[in-house]
Amino acid sequence: MKFGSCFLYLKSMNQPANEVQSIRKIITASSVGTLIEWYDFYIFGSLATVIASQFFPKTNPTAALLSTLATFAAGFIVRPFGALVFGRLGDLIGRKYTFLLTLIIMGSSTFAIGLVPGYQTIGFAAPIIVLILRLLQGLALGGEYGGAATYVAEHAPPNRRGFFTSWIQTTATLGLFLSLGIILITRHSLDADRVKSIAKFNEWGWRIPFLVSIFLVIVSVYIRLRMKESPLYAKLKTEGKTSANPLKESFMRRSNLKMVLLALFGATMGQGVVWYTGQFYAQSFIENICKVDFEQSRTILIWAILFATPFFVVFGNWSDKIGRKWIMLTGMLLAVITYRPLFGKLFSIADEKNKTEVLDKKQINTAIKPIVSSENSLRTIGTKHLYDDGTLVTETKTDTVYADAGKTTLKPDIKVSKLLPGKNYWLMVAIVFVMILYVTMVYGPIAAFLVELFPTKIRYTSMSLPYHIGNGIFGGLTPFIALLLTTIYTGDKLIGLYYSMIVAGLCFLIGVLYLRNTIDRDVND
Amino acid sequence: MNALKRIAGILWIIAGPLAIYYLARTAISEINKKPVIDTKIQWAVFVIVFIPIAIGIIIFGFYAIKGEYDHLPGSSAEITD
Repeated sequence: MKFGSCFLYLKSMNQPANEVQSIRKIITASSVGTLIEWYDFYIFGSLATVIASQFFPKTNPTAALLSTLATFAAGFIVRPFGALVFGRLGDLIGRKYTFLLTLIIMGSSTFAIGLVPGYQTIGFAAPIIVLILRLLQGLALGGEYGGAATYVAEHAPPNRRGFFTSWIQTTATLGLFLSLGIILITRHSLDADRVKSIAKFNEWGWRIPFLVSIFLVIVSVYIRLRMKESPLYAKLKTEGKTSANPLKESFMRRSNLKMVLLALFGATMGQGVVWYTGQFYAQSFIENICKVDFEQSRTILIWAILFATPFFVVFGNWSDKIGRKWIMLTGMLLAVITYRPLFGKLFSIADEKNKTEVLDKKQINTAIKPIVSSENSLRTIGTKHLYDDGTLVTETKTDTVYADAGKTTLKPDIKVSKLLPGKNYWLMVAIVFVMILYVTMVYGPIAAFLVELFPTKIRYTSMSLPYHIGNGIFGGLTPFIALLLTTIYTGDKLIGLYYSMIVAGLCFLIGVLYLRNTIDRDVND
Repeated sequence: MNALKRIAGILWIIAGPLAIYYLARTAISEINKKPVIDTKIQWAVFVIVFIPIAIGIIIFGFYAIKGEYDHLPGSSAEITD
């Protein structure tokens, strides 16, 4: 359902015109801000290699250590802390100012990363500053989602909560889409010559996506400043019924803690792994295991996201009619059952063993460049293999030709990149689309589900923590754990999927047993 | 259904220590295999992050056995402790 048509739908339900307009503003203001936060968070991840070369040189062990910390700490440890810090604040001072604050912190940290001079210029200060800014990004992200989802849900009519909050649910995927899109556009816009453009991007152009963020944030802050406090929270505040200690009430009271644990083990941990497997691990698998070309691997994801995103709203809307539980759990079950065949198909599409090489089209190019201040040379051998289905495989082997004839490179650097023909490319898009469809099933209704699980006075705190443990830790670690499994058990290229399948399977079982499917119409308590 | 919920609680209680054991064993073995700082940080993060979660699932199992999930609260009025 398109954004405009949903409001036509509301009008057709005889909602007053000013109410329709007000809800439109609330969703826009909340969603745009959240989308920008996800964009800010993902550009760092998407540009990890370039950032590492600028700030975290591998040759320096301390810088490399900071790099690892930046990757792991910000994404996985800091996010739940952000949920606690800002969740508490949101329950103490209100939703509006808290998620305004998270937006400002995220936007200014992102902008600042774009301004930090490289390691070559300011030495160790560079990686330390970047690490601090990345931690701030993680903290801000931890506080944002709960605020936006709570804010929208507390404005939504009881029978449309799933539908309205599903717009917030589109933002994480659209943030990824926006980050990939802006990076690809910038990469190709810096020079008429493609190779020079990429070189300029790696040198300084990578800063542009970070700097662009500030304009988006200014617009979003302006919009959010004009918003009013959530009516349910404002009512509590007027009546003096807000929580004095949201952390204590959320996690020290048995009756609420049990719901936090249920939300985590029965919903968000499964949602997190399905989310990250369908998007991040799928892209990483296509690029690193299937060896598909850098840009194709990203545009495959971009197309799949574009086609699948409307389904967040479809499933959110549907959950208002049939309940949240079974839509989310069906998404998890489908993921558990079909991940292996789907990823197996991705692998076989790109696998040369299933193709016949057109031998007379094989091309070999050798280039030898002298290494400055050395008698040795760098040799690059590029071999292009064309296959009968149109797949072009480029193998680039780089080694050193030593002046001393008896010496050879022990392990030449070999890079393989496959360019898929149209049919195979679109088949991959279709497979990733199916996986993102599962994401929309588990993720579309979850904001409404979490909001309905907790009382207004501690809602921000209580829902943020399980969400960020599920999404940030269980989900965020998916690509790393999957990669680790492939290095431990080398015989099976699909072994990495077992982590997602086990977590999603366990979550499905717990969800089936313990979750209820009723929709809590009254969240005004 | 409530009986099944309570019995399954035993599984969740067992799952916690099992997960911690498997995690610690794999971490030690992987760090021994490749004792560089990256591996140490990576596994330290996994262990630090997943141990509280494993404790969480033990508590979840304990609540399940005690029948806390036989009935889920429908409103804040039911949150009384």
